[in-house]
Amino acid sequence: MDWAALGVSLRLGAGTLLILLPFGVWLGRLLAVHSFRGKLLVEALVTMPLVLPPTVLGFYLLVTFGARSPLGEAFQALGGQSLPFSFQGLLLASVIANLPFVVQPVQRGFEAIPRDVRDAAACCGLSPWQRFVRVEAPLAWPSILTAAILAFAHTLGEFGVVLMVGGNLPGQTRTLSVAIYDRMQAFDDRGAGVMAATLLTIALATLMATTALSRRAGERRG
Amino acid sequence: MPGETSAAAGTRRPAPAIGVFVAVALWCAVAARVGGQQAPTVAAAASLNPALPEVAERFARTRGTKVQLVFGASGTLTRQIQDGAPFEMFLAADEEFPNRLTAAGLTRDPGVVYAIGRLVIFSPAGSALSTDARLDGLARLVKTGGVTRFAIANPEVAPYGRAAEALLRARGLWDALRPTLVLGDSITQAAQFAATGNAVGGLLAYSLVLSPGFANRGTYALIPQSDHPPLRQRMVLLKRASPTATQFYDYLQTAAARAILQRHGFAVPQ
Repeated sequence: MDWAALGVSLRLGAGTLLILLPFGVWLGRLLAVHSFRGKLLVEALVTMPLVLPPTVLGFYLLVTFGARSPLGEAFQALGGQSLPFSFQGLLLASVIANLPFVVQPVQRGFEAIPRDVRDAAACCGLSPWQRFVRVEAPLAWPSILTAAILAFAHTLGEFGVVLMVGGNLPGQTRTLSVAIYDRMQAFDDRGAGVMAATLLTIALATLMATTALSRRAGERRG
Repeated sequence: MPGETSAAAGTRRPAPAIGVFVAVALWCAVAARVGGQQAPTVAAAASLNPALPEVAERFARTRGTKVQLVFGASGTLTRQIQDGAPFEMFLAADEEFPNRLTAAGLTRDPGVVYAIGRLVIFSPAGSALSTDARLDGLARLVKTGGVTRFAIANPEVAPYGRAAEALLRARGLWDALRPTLVLGDSITQAAQFAATGNAVGGLLAYSLVLSPGFANRGTYALIPQSDHPPLRQRMVLLKRASPTATQFYDYLQTAAARAILQRHGFAVPQ
């Protein structure tokens, strides 16, 4: 078992949530409640990582931030490590790749709140922030939790982008999924097997948790 | 009003869940910082997979410092170095890829040839392919249409794949074999295809066939070095190389390290 790789995976999952959850809740609610020009485009952009192969994201990240790109050169001139092949670069890729996994459930969650509930809250004199914290968030929280679990699990399973922009660096960008590939190539079937079983267990637990959550949410509403 | 009751019921729930989540996230973020000083990262050709960890272990034991090894196809690693990957040293499976880095001004100097690789034809247990140095068995199997899948490394990124292509072309087998070729991302992946019996055989690195993972997996025959362009494997120190990386570079040229490479099927330069 490659504990360093498990650590990288968990850190990547937690970091992704830390950045993406506040943003995703804001964007998901915005898309659910308001209609505005270009909403269709925003929704399509958010969903895109779901249908594009990870190699497309990897390609653009390398072209934009790689050491040979203007941005990457500027970064290195300032004495920094360029974004690809670093944990921060992986984090950026992971946040983009997980956008649909957070925004979509959140949006559905807020859409399910009847309009008159929000109106009633406004009539009671609650400020927009109070309305969000005391009325909308409690109603939508199963969706938010589902989004968080899905994004976390999906981050643990991410492989293509990680290999492309991460480069398999132990302790930094070698996640559990890349470590499995690495062990397979080294003919270490036992090592790969242990890690594969770990990911399998996490995935199963995650999906059971999300299913249970959405069922509970459904019962409460029904 | 149903909405109100569920809202009231829900208000107490999110707090602990969010608290636990934030705590875990913070812990993970803090744990990231504790890693501290990292051992230098060395990029190495996939063909070194069994040999180099042994060299690095001996190096760590005698010198008391560690290096971290990352394996991949020489071409893939070259691309990553050009894109800014933080490797301090690169051991390639050929001379062309490290020379490209030198030309781009990314290396300290042109480096040295540390080993010469050998190609083998490998046939997994139960395969109809018989192995011989002249590839006569492969030619026979091609004629009878018995080759379903044949594994080599991707010639574009893996020097062993390029050597395999040159050999097959020289033998006049390339065109006939082409539709059946499965290309590994690196020579280890090609080896994986062949060793697991998913291909009738493959052209692999001698160093891999000698590794414990290959024990009792099949038969092989060593290809004469004169039959393909030589696999002269060059290593370079990159501009950012630390003293530890420099030490490891020097250590690879010692008799002790060379003996390990030889035991793993590499020839060493005089």
